[in-house]
Amino acid sequence: MKLDSEMTPELMIVRVHEKRIDAAGAIDFKDRMRDLTAGARGRVVLDLSCVTFIDSSGLGAVVAVRKALGPDRPLELAGLTPSVDKVFRLTRMDSVFTIHPDVPDLAGNFRDVV
Amino acid sequence: MLSDAAARRTCFVIASDPMSVRHAVQVVFARLKRWRINPDACDSTQIVLAEALNNIVKHAYAQAPGEIEVMIDLSDSDLTCRIMDAGLPLPGCSVLPAWVAPVPDGGEVPEGGYGWHLIRTLTKDVSYRRAGGRNILTFRIASQQGPQ
Repeated sequence: MKLDSEMTPELMIVRVHEKRIDAAGAIDFKDRMRDLTAGARGRVVLDLSCVTFIDSSGLGAVVAVRKALGPDRPLELAGLTPSVDKVFRLTRMDSVFTIHPDVPDLAGNFRDVV
Repeated sequence: MLSDAAARRTCFVIASDPMSVRHAVQVVFARLKRWRINPDACDSTQIVLAEALNNIVKHAYAQAPGEIEVMIDLSDSDLTCRIMDAGLPLPGCSVLPAWVAPVPDGGEVPEGGYGWHLIRTLTKDVSYRRAGGRNILTFRIASQQGPQ
């Protein structure tokens, strides 16, 4: 599971460089997210613009990451492709997560950490 | 050359593990696109197939080795899918897991339990039966559905 992140003190952007977050990759995704976000602060935006498919296991993993981050570090989502958007809407997760239509634009405001 | 309306069928048997499910779902998705099924129905089929197959891997075979047989028929307006396995029966034998609201109002957001909700929401005529020591799940998906 390839992920990378960039951050400022207030914001971390995590990009998923995989086409699928499914049952075969959900645990790996959770572990990688835990490693990446450990020790950091601020809200986390998950850039899903490369992900063309998510299943209920992948969805469960995203929910688990949100829970692990806790109430002080909200997990937000960005760049949902049509199939991923469909799964979030049908499970009403669009009411749980803040979802940004566009991919986060760094505009040179973030320093690389990975 | 076959017309778009001509009946088509795809059948295959896969091993019961998450990587085989991933591969099978990708192959079906590519095939449906070649059959010129509309993108929304392709997405729905990919989602439902992944959920149904992963349920079998996780619960019917409970991570033990096994085989899963999949058949998908395209008729004029529907994709009819039949999935068979020789794993454990669904609890309650002939009763599909209840439809549950995925996000309880004001409660903690659960990490699982969305699979059957997606299957029920995206299909019609979903049915389960046990015959000859096998689980048989069938459902239909409108092949020309619009965005949901």
